[in-house]
Amino acid sequence: MSNIILETHNLSMKFGGVVAVDNVDFTLRENELRCLIGPNGAGKSTFFKCITGLHKPSSGNIYIQGEETTHWHTHEISHLGIGIKTQVPNVMDGLSVWENIWLSARRYNDVKNANRRVDSVIERIKIGDIAKRLVGELAHGQRQRVELAIVLAADPWLVILDEPAAGMTGVDVEIMIDIIKEINRHAAMIIVEHDMQFIKSIADQVTVFYQGSILMEDNVDIVLADQRVRDVYLGRKV
Amino acid sequence: MDLTAVIIVEILYTIASLIIISSGLAVIFGMMKVINFAHGEFMMIGGYATIIAVKSGINIYVSILIIAPLVVGIIGVIIERLIIRHLYGRLVDTMLATWGISIVLIGLATMIFGNTTEGITTPISGWQIGDYRINGYNFFIIMIAILIVSLGYYLLKFTKLGLIARGAMQDPNVASSLGYNPDRIYMTTFFIGSAFSGMAGGILAPLVGLTPNWGTAYIAKAFITVVVGGPSIITGLLSSSTLFGSVNQIFSFITTPVWGEVALLVTAIILLRLLPKGITNSIFRGKL
Amino acid sequence: MQSISQKRLVSGVILALLAMYILPNFIEYSTLSLLIIYAILALSLGLIWGFGGILCFGQAAFFGLGAYSYAVFAVNIGESSIPFILAILTPALFALILGAIMFYGKLSDVYLGVITLVVTLILFRFANSTAGPEYAIGKARLGGFNGMPNFHTLNVPGMPDVYIWDLDFYYVCFILLIICFISLYFLIKSSFGRICIAIGQNEQRIELIGYDVRKYKTIFFGIGGGLAGLAGALYASWAEIVTPGLFSLSQSAEIIIWCIVGGVGTLSGPILGAVILGLLKYYLGQQSLVDNNLVIGSILVLFVLFLPNGLSPALANLWVKITVKTKSRRPNTRRKKVSRAVRGIHNE
Repeated sequence: MSNIILETHNLSMKFGGVVAVDNVDFTLRENELRCLIGPNGAGKSTFFKCITGLHKPSSGNIYIQGEETTHWHTHEISHLGIGIKTQVPNVMDGLSVWENIWLSARRYNDVKNANRRVDSVIERIKIGDIAKRLVGELAHGQRQRVELAIVLAADPWLVILDEPAAGMTGVDVEIMIDIIKEINRHAAMIIVEHDMQFIKSIADQVTVFYQGSILMEDNVDIVLADQRVRDVYLGRKV
Repeated sequence: MDLTAVIIVEILYTIASLIIISSGLAVIFGMMKVINFAHGEFMMIGGYATIIAVKSGINIYVSILIIAPLVVGIIGVIIERLIIRHLYGRLVDTMLATWGISIVLIGLATMIFGNTTEGITTPISGWQIGDYRINGYNFFIIMIAILIVSLGYYLLKFTKLGLIARGAMQDPNVASSLGYNPDRIYMTTFFIGSAFSGMAGGILAPLVGLTPNWGTAYIAKAFITVVVGGPSIITGLLSSSTLFGSVNQIFSFITTPVWGEVALLVTAIILLRLLPKGITNSIFRGKL
Repeated sequence: MQSISQKRLVSGVILALLAMYILPNFIEYSTLSLLIIYAILALSLGLIWGFGGILCFGQAAFFGLGAYSYAVFAVNIGESSIPFILAILTPALFALILGAIMFYGKLSDVYLGVITLVVTLILFRFANSTAGPEYAIGKARLGGFNGMPNFHTLNVPGMPDVYIWDLDFYYVCFILLIICFISLYFLIKSSFGRICIAIGQNEQRIELIGYDVRKYKTIFFGIGGGLAGLAGALYASWAEIVTPGLFSLSQSAEIIIWCIVGGVGTLSGPILGAVILGLLKYYLGQQSLVDNNLVIGSILVLFVLFLPNGLSPALANLWVKITVKTKSRRPNTRRKKVSRAVRGIHNE
């Protein structure tokens, strides 16, 4: 088996009296593409925020490639070579697509290589036609793709996405699926997702969150066939 | 012993005046998340209204408690309808626009009243505690502050209007989804907030020499009292006024009033650094 | 794109140099010098607000600090070169410390406003209370509300007896303004500048990319402080006295108004705003019919309501319209100014 690149021990996150993430032990191995699923309020998004440094967990530990990152800032975690995309498109609306991506490429390259890198990412994500436009003028699906390009421009070895297909329709979803598969050839991925169709078309291993804990973790087909998972999604108590 | 009594009265007085000068700003900020930078000038107008009323023979308490709030409340509503309502949801722009209004009001007052100092005498004479003399008007201010706080608490906690207000504070959409016109709520809030500012000006008018730019001395203090207080209007106002009032008075007593004020401001900075969302967001959560 | 805007820069600088020689024929040069000092001060806020999204309500603090530092060091040292440099470094350092306190504490807009305002007020109160002889730094007595007169004004570096004044002082100010403008132009085009602009638009994204936002904002804020200090040093030399009024709320308000009127999100805007409003204030000061505050305040309200992007983008649009009309074949490829988006973020 390949190496563990990210793991959490007894990770918990409490807001006041509410336990959003409850003692989660989670491991991710190299080259894996893992989907985190679960009904609304299951804690998957909070878990995402904990491992990316957007929330400080109440207790427990997070290790990335053996190094403890529990209380690290987001930018430090990102600096390890991890690409992060939040749920709402998080982009610079007043700048052009090219400039948005450039900022990410420039983080780990000098100006000349950054320019080259932006062009190659634009080609990879197939957004050459909108490269000069202001991001604020783009449609939702295009903005999502621009954000993926921002993530990729830093050449991450682990990519963590929160609901990349949220609010997308038909063609955009297809494109997103292709992009995700393409990214996974070079990097491990964690994808927080709600939409079952989408998960079926990309996932291999799936972790199911329910009431802050991991309900089960297995191959996508087994998980989706499981009665407990179906109950959870239909809102029945387990 | 006498000295202790005097110091305690002085501290209570400072706390009370902080409550009075911040209440108008607190109402508007708490309900609408609008920082009214013209607050100091609303106070200034309240002061002039009081002085004019008193000089034209009206009873001083009527002038302070009825005429000043009414005049400034009406002016506030006019300004809200003309300018501020176009900027709701744009926090920085409302701050800038009200800052502009404040400068305009200073200019207007200068043209009307000139750059001279106006004043009236306090209606209550002082009395002696041992070797020290206490200003009787200070007790009036403490009384008013207690009245404002308890009245505010009663209104918010036990009346239907208060319930709507609390709903609107949590989420502006609540009120409109319950069928109340948010426009009307904002207008009413602004009227009440401005009226409080006007009353504060009226109350302080007998203590100071009034000039057109008198209000600028208060805006920053009121501003930090409200912001440090945080989202809960009454608890926030009470806790931050108590804290700042005590700090200010204790340091003034040990050193000079100037350093008292500096100590107050430094405390504000430290507090904001430690509790960036205000006292009532960190310590007294969920209170009124 | 790059070359077009650089051509524009060059032509702008040439125009500015022409203006430098022509303007003294129309307006007194001492008034002109003050307008230019204002312009540098406006640039200092225009930089951090328009490009970094940091609205500082207390830019006057750094201006006053620069002026006071200059005066204090000039009294002690007896020439102007070292005080001049210290007058830039002191406020810059102060801004760095203040910025670090605020940005490492992750304070949001309103609280940033409160703190910068309060710091200005502290300095104002302090400066006002230093009348006694015990408030002295070296040989320099701070002088309380009366201020500090009698310090060494600007001299030719290395020659303390050769003062720079009148027309020469005006040229020095103007050339410093041009140097500031060009430096800032390249600063915002640099990687550092681009990152700061992006932070102004979406802080979280930049953090997700892996930049330490706090560090960038603090440094940017420090640069703004240093620039305001430069304006302060020039002002001290111009006025030959520094007073606590430099730290006042109305001084801070004026700087903000210059930026709004000129246009936040451009470099030319704040300069334009400072010059126009500076002139307006000058002419208003010569009559007694209308109060100065009334006019300035109304202008602020009207701009916030009706022209929130300021004059500079509006004039630029007008210019484009005119040139497009005359040369209708030319495609309109002008990119929208970032200011709208920057302000949009603020207003959320």
